[in-house]
Amino acid sequence: MAIKKEDYLGIENYKVVGTRPIRHDGTDKVTGRAVYGPDFHLTGSLYGKTLRSPHGHARIKSIDTSKAEALPGVKAVVLGKDLVQNYEDKVSDLGESSVDLRFLIANVLAGDKVLYDGHAIAAIAATSAHIAEEALNLIEVEYETLEPVLEVRRAMEDDAPLLHDDLKMRSLGEETDQASNIANHFQHKQGDIEKGFEEADIVIEREFATGTVHQGYIEPHNVTAHWTENGKLTIWCSTQGPFEVRGQVADVLGLEVGDVRVIPQEIGGGFGGKFRVYEEPTAALLAQKTGKPVKMVMSRTEVLKATGPTPASYIKVKMGATRDGMLTAAQAYMAYEAGAYPGSAVGAGAGCIFSPYSIPNSLIDGYDVVVNKPQSSAYRAPGATNAAFASETVIDEICEQIGIDPLEFRLKNASKEGTRRADGPVFLRIGQEEVVKAALAHPHYSAPLEGPNRGRGVAAGFWFNGGGTSTVVASVNPDGTVALVEGSADIGGTRTSVAMQFAEVLNLPIEDIKPNVTDTDTIGQTDGTGGSRVTFATGWASYEAAQDVKRQMIERAATLWEISKDDIVFEDGSFRSKSDASKSMTFKELAGRVNRAGGPVVGRAAISGKQAGPAFALLIVDVEVDPDTGKVDILRATIVQDAGKAIYPGYVEGQMQGGVVQGIGWALSEEFVYNDQGVMVNASFLDYRMPTTLDMPMIETVIVEVPNPGHPYGVRGVGEVPIVPPPAAVANAIYRAVGIRLNELPMSPSRVLQALWKADGSHGQAAD
Amino acid sequence: MNAFDYEAPQSVDEAISLLSAGNGNIGILAGGTDLIAQLKEGRKIDLMLDLKQIPEATALSFDEDSGLSIGAATSCSKIYSYDVVKNHYPALVDCTSLIGSIQIQNRGSVGGNFCNASPAADTPPAVIVLGGTCRIAGPNGTREVAAEDFFSGPGQSVLQSGEFLISIQVPTPAANSGAFFLRFIPRNEMDIAVANAAASVVLDSEKTTIQEARVAIGAVAPTPLLVADAGAALAGKAVDDEDAIEAACAASRAAARPISDMRGTIEQRIHLSGVLTRRAIQGAIQRAKES
Repeated sequence: MAIKKEDYLGIENYKVVGTRPIRHDGTDKVTGRAVYGPDFHLTGSLYGKTLRSPHGHARIKSIDTSKAEALPGVKAVVLGKDLVQNYEDKVSDLGESSVDLRFLIANVLAGDKVLYDGHAIAAIAATSAHIAEEALNLIEVEYETLEPVLEVRRAMEDDAPLLHDDLKMRSLGEETDQASNIANHFQHKQGDIEKGFEEADIVIEREFATGTVHQGYIEPHNVTAHWTENGKLTIWCSTQGPFEVRGQVADVLGLEVGDVRVIPQEIGGGFGGKFRVYEEPTAALLAQKTGKPVKMVMSRTEVLKATGPTPASYIKVKMGATRDGMLTAAQAYMAYEAGAYPGSAVGAGAGCIFSPYSIPNSLIDGYDVVVNKPQSSAYRAPGATNAAFASETVIDEICEQIGIDPLEFRLKNASKEGTRRADGPVFLRIGQEEVVKAALAHPHYSAPLEGPNRGRGVAAGFWFNGGGTSTVVASVNPDGTVALVEGSADIGGTRTSVAMQFAEVLNLPIEDIKPNVTDTDTIGQTDGTGGSRVTFATGWASYEAAQDVKRQMIERAATLWEISKDDIVFEDGSFRSKSDASKSMTFKELAGRVNRAGGPVVGRAAISGKQAGPAFALLIVDVEVDPDTGKVDILRATIVQDAGKAIYPGYVEGQMQGGVVQGIGWALSEEFVYNDQGVMVNASFLDYRMPTTLDMPMIETVIVEVPNPGHPYGVRGVGEVPIVPPPAAVANAIYRAVGIRLNELPMSPSRVLQALWKADGSHGQAAD
Repeated sequence: MNAFDYEAPQSVDEAISLLSAGNGNIGILAGGTDLIAQLKEGRKIDLMLDLKQIPEATALSFDEDSGLSIGAATSCSKIYSYDVVKNHYPALVDCTSLIGSIQIQNRGSVGGNFCNASPAADTPPAVIVLGGTCRIAGPNGTREVAAEDFFSGPGQSVLQSGEFLISIQVPTPAANSGAFFLRFIPRNEMDIAVANAAASVVLDSEKTTIQEARVAIGAVAPTPLLVADAGAALAGKAVDDEDAIEAACAASRAAARPISDMRGTIEQRIHLSGVLTRRAIQGAIQRAKES
C-alpha cells in the first residue's frame, strides 16, 4: 500500500519546540563538573556500611554487635529494631508503585527474618569506610537457614515454603484467609472468551519465562543524612522522586513529611529503580545516633543484590485469529515475581499485554507472587516487556501459520480511537496505526537480507504513560532571563525539554531560561521522574507558568503605559498596545522595568490529574545467528514510535535508542543467576551482562507524531515504550534466521545452542 | 580494604629479598587489574610489592636468536603496539587486544594474566602454541618453565615461596608459520572466555602441508591445556585435510574437562572446544600462507 508521510507525521511550526539546542546541563556533565550524590560531602561526615544476609532465606536467631562497637573508629550501629515500631500499617507511595509500610520497613533493615541474599540486617557508622567495612565482619549473626523459593511457579505450589506468615492471598478483589506466597490474583475480562476461540480458525497457545533483570544504572544508590539542632532531617541523595523519598523516610522513621527535606543531586540513571528508599532511613538513624552527617554509597554488588530489579515471570498466552487475519480472542495467565514483598509489575503487564490490538474477547489472570529475591521495582515500562515477549511471539507464529505479513496483520488489528483495552479504559486518539504504517514504509522493512542464518523480526509495544502532579515556578530577572524552578529530577534531558515549552510561549531564546531542579522545601509537590511523565506533565506546568508570566507582564505593561491590559497584545516576543503603535517593549525591555512597576514577576503553575497520552512503538530487527556457538548478533535495528510531539527530537531519539539497547540486553544476555541456596552468583557487571557498544549497531529511529489531544503541544511520554518490543522482535528474528522459537529469556548462546541441537537431533558433535 | 605496606623494589635482587623477608601475605603488583579488584573484594595482604620499577619487568625486546622477551609487568597495549609483535606474533595481538577495555589493556600485563592463573585467562593459550617459556626469579637464581607447565590449578602456578615471574620468552617464529587465538564470549567485548583456543602451524615451503602444529585450549579445564593429540593429528597432513582438522577438534573435545557455571555448561564448553579449535587452526593456516 502507498503510505504518505503526512499520514503519520504531525505538522506544526514552532520556534523552540522541535529544535535541538545545547542542553543546559550538558557541559558540566561532559566535563565532570556536575555534582552527583557520591560527590557531595559535608565536613565531619561519618561513613556508613550495611551488613547484609549471605543467605537467601533464613531466620535470624541472634545478633551480637558488641565486638563491632568496640572497634576504634566505630561510632554507631543500628538494627531493624531501631526503626519505627509502633505504627499503623498503611500503603506507602513509591511513585511508580506502592508497598505496605510494614514491608517497606522490613526491607530497609530486616526484622527476625531475611528474605533474600543481600537483605540488610544492620548498619555501622565509622570514621572511614574501611573501618566500617572491617566492623561489619565483627557483627555475629546466628541464622537458621530455610529453603529458599526462587521461581514463581515453585512459589505458587501448595507445598512451597512460605516467605511470610502474615501474608494472606487477595483473590479477585476479596481478602482471603489463605496464607500463601501469592499476594494477589486479579482478572480482566472482555467479551466472551470461549466464543472468541470458537470463531478462530487458528489458535496458538505457548508458555514463556523471563529472567530477573536489573535497570543497570551506572551510579549506585547513595545518601548523605544530616540533622539540624532542632530535629529536622536533611537528605542528599540520588533519586527519581525526592517527594517519594521524603514520604518513605518519614514513614519509616515515624516523622512528619515537614520534618524531612530531600535535596536531590544529579542522578546517574534510574529507569524506575530509584524511587524506593534503601539506605536513606539507615543513614538518617546513624546520623541521629552520632550527631554527625552520615554518608553511604552502595557497591555495585549491593546494587545488584539488594535494590529492585524487574520481575522474572511465567506467562502463558493463547490467541485466536480467523484465516483472513483478524484476532478473535486472547487469553493470558501471568505470574510475576514480586521479590521478597508483594508489589510486582504484573498489574501493568496485564494492562499492556494485548493493548496494541483491538481484540473483542479477552481474559487475563494476573498473579503477584513473593519469592526469595530482592523486592522488585519499576523498570522502564514495568511489566510490559515480559508481557510483549509472550504475546508478540504468539502473534508472529499466527502470522506465519496463516501466511500474512506480520506488519499487515498488526495494522489490520491495530488499536485505535475508541478501542477498549482488556483492562477497561477506552483509547482516545492514539498512534498505533500510524506507527505500523511508518514501519511498513521504512526502507529497512523492504531491504534484502543477504547471507545464511540471518532473519528479520518485528514486534509492537504499548505503554500507558503517566500524568501526575507537577509544580513549576518562574522568576523573571531584570535582564530578561528567567529562573525556572521545578521538582523533577532530570534523567533524560528534561531540564531542557521543560524549559523549551516555557520558552515557546514567550518566544524566548532557550539560553535565557535557567532551569533548576530543586528540593522538597523549595517547590510544590512534584511526582517523581517516572511513567514517562516529566516532559508531558512538568512541561505542561511549565507552559502554564509561562502563561502566568505573560499575564503578569501584560499587567505591568498596562501599569507603565497607563492603559488597559485589554489593549495589550504579546506578539513576536514584544508587548504592544493595540491602539497606540508607539507603545511597544520587548520581553527583555519590560523585564528590566517590572520590579518598579508593580513588583517582580513570578509565574507559577501546579497541575494534577492530566490525561497522559499512551505510547506505541514497533521494532524491526535483523539478526545473524552463529549456528556453531549459538551467538546472536544484532545487524540492524529500527525503532518507530509515536511521541505525540517531540519537544526535543534528539532526546526522543536517545530515549528510543536507549530503550532498545536495554531491551536487547534483556533479550540476549541479562539475568540474575542464583544458586540453589538462593545466593546470587553474578552480582557484578562482569557476569551480569549488559550490552556494550560493540554489541549494538547504530539504532535507527523514526519519530511518529500523532499529537496527544490532552497536551498543549501534543506531547506523549516517550521514555519507556521502546524497551517493550525488543525481546519479542529478536525472538521472531531468530526464528526466521534458523527456525527455532525460543520461549525463555535471555536467549543466551547456550539456550540457542540447546534449541538448535534439539531441532536437528544432534548433541553438539559437529564442530562446524 | 585493609591497610597494607607498599614497596617498589628497583632490582630483581631487591624484590627477592623483600619476598624472602617473611612479611606476611604479599601481593605482587604489575598492572593491578586483578590484584586491586581482589583487594576490594576482601583479599587481605600485608605488603604490596610493585614490580614496575624493575627494568627487566617492564622491558619488551626482540632478538632474532633469542626471540621476544616480554617483561612480566609490560602492559598489553605496549605489547600489541610493538611493531615486532604486530608483524611476527599476530596471535599475541589477538589475545592482548581483547582483554578488558583499552583502559585495562593499558594496565594489565601478560605476566599478571599468567600469575593470576585463571583457567579462563586469554594470553596463555597463544603463548603456549608459540612455544613460550616463563622466566622465574627466586632466591636460588633464575629458572625457566614451559608456558604449558606454569599452571597447576585454578589460581595456582608453579611459583614457589620467594619466587616471582620476571618475563616471558617467545621464540622467533619459524619460516612459513602462523598462529591464531580466539575466544568465545556472549558479548563482543569486556567479558571472560566461556572457552578459548589457540593454534600454531609450520607449513612446508610449498605451503600445502602442515609440518608441525600446536593447539592449546582454555576455560575448559582447571588450567590452560596444550592438546598434544590435536597437534599430532595435523602434523604431516595437507592444509586442506578436513579429516585431520576434525581429528584435531575431536582431540580438543576429548581433552576438555570443563565445569558448568554461570558462564557456560559442560556440554557447551566441550562443543566450543571443538568449534574454536577448528577456527584457530584455520586462522593459523591462513596466516602461515600469508607469511
